[in-house]
Amino acid sequence: MKALITRPVATMIVVFARAMTAVRAIWPESGLPKQPCIYFANHSSHGDFILVWAVLPPWIRSRTRPVAGAEYWLATKLKRFIGQDVFNAVLIERDKDKRTGDPIVRMAEALDGGSSLILFPEGTRNETEEPLLPFRSGLFNLATLRPEIDLVPVWIDNLNRVMPKGEIVPIPLICTVTFGSAIRILPYESREAFLERSRAALLALSPKVAGAAA
Amino acid sequence: MNDAQSDLILLLSGTGAFLAVASVIGYVLRVKLSPDGSNTTIENLNARINAWWVMVVLIGIAFIAGRVGVVILFAFCSFAALREFVTLTNTRRADHWALAAAFFVVLPVQYYLIAIEYYGLYSIFIPVYAFLFMPIISVLRGDTEHFLMRIAEVQWALMICVFCASHVPALLSLDIPGYDGKNVLLIAFLIIVVQMSDVLQYVWGKLFGKTKIAPRLSPSKTVEGFVGGVASATLVGAGLWWITPFSPLQAAGLALTIAIMGFFGGLVMSAIKRDKGVKDWGHLIGGHGGLIDRLDSVVFSAPIFFHIVRFGWSLT
Repeated sequence: MKALITRPVATMIVVFARAMTAVRAIWPESGLPKQPCIYFANHSSHGDFILVWAVLPPWIRSRTRPVAGAEYWLATKLKRFIGQDVFNAVLIERDKDKRTGDPIVRMAEALDGGSSLILFPEGTRNETEEPLLPFRSGLFNLATLRPEIDLVPVWIDNLNRVMPKGEIVPIPLICTVTFGSAIRILPYESREAFLERSRAALLALSPKVAGAAA
Repeated sequence: MNDAQSDLILLLSGTGAFLAVASVIGYVLRVKLSPDGSNTTIENLNARINAWWVMVVLIGIAFIAGRVGVVILFAFCSFAALREFVTLTNTRRADHWALAAAFFVVLPVQYYLIAIEYYGLYSIFIPVYAFLFMPIISVLRGDTEHFLMRIAEVQWALMICVFCASHVPALLSLDIPGYDGKNVLLIAFLIIVVQMSDVLQYVWGKLFGKTKIAPRLSPSKTVEGFVGGVASATLVGAGLWWITPFSPLQAAGLALTIAIMGFFGGLVMSAIKRDKGVKDWGHLIGGHGGLIDRLDSVVFSAPIFFHIVRFGWSLT
């Protein structure tokens, strides 16, 4: 019954995002993993997961859940509706004192349930001039708990210009979402090494970084 | 069925037949030379022909829907073109409201003025009001870094993508004696001549091109392609005199003017792409690149064509 409302709302959000950004996906030659996987992306705007979600093929999209901050997505009725009902987000309490369970375990359970996840390993929106903040430990902890899961780096380009922090009106600009080849955690790989390797895999997809290297 | 409708249907079916021939040729070439899809020239040719079908169908629907349809179609084209253009500019946070105004105020107002045929305002609205008020909005944030470059880029984006492009539907507001209700055919004349000029320059260039005309800007353009393409587009225009209020000779002169303007429009837009380090403006149209890649020659010729026809033939 609820799907009667949430499906059209999801479609409207995707249509709106596409009208604003004419978003174009760039796929890796190997294609996307068939099994549940983790899409880890750079984070500069609240619209990030919507853009990733919008470009995924419908059969993958329907079983892909974003991981998002509970304090933001539970703040108002509208956000709660969009976050929980429309996008079925795995909401994580970032404040340790308010946590009722281990967020990593909840993400692993979502994977076990057959869902893919969209994860932002920087942990917060990047509002600096740096292309990418250092990764928090979440991605490592999750990869350690489920080492057989594919990790797909996803670079979202230009969305921060569409809607910079504190602005209400989005500006139509063309965005691209670049998917890289999947990586996995290696046996006995250290936290630092893994986070550095996954961060480099993501950064390599940025057109600015790739452009500077060329 | 009146005159205008029968001319329009004749023109649309002629274009359809032309494309059908092109599709058949593309299919035969593909079967013979690129059965596995590995010949990029042929793949690109077929992608272009398919995109042409989509564009012709859209334009056909807009023409049949009448004035409002045409205005809405070009408003959307302007929106997509402006989105491509602004993506490549150096805008900063401080320009946010000026850009929002460009997309959500200036663009709709310009097309509304076109729709109500308010010539006195739509011909100056962007060069006077938008060009003065947008820098004012930007300057209020106090960010002076690259200020001149930022405002100049956005103004040029508006000029090309909105002001110039809106002169295509503005052709509908001309009042030409003995041509009532047929103005939509002027748009057809403009678009067919400009686009055929592009295509014929490409064909002539591929067949006979030797001397590069602008090696630094557009290595694929040649003197032979330019001369052959513009000359044959002029003939195409002259052959279309029966859908216009012009004599065959006048139609040829106007076709020559818009073909030449279109050529230089393409050069100017190539120079901007070079400057910004991109090959295409975007990826909206398969095989053609972005919308501006297909529209660049139209936007340069539309205002000139509009004002010549208005000066020479229109009562208003």
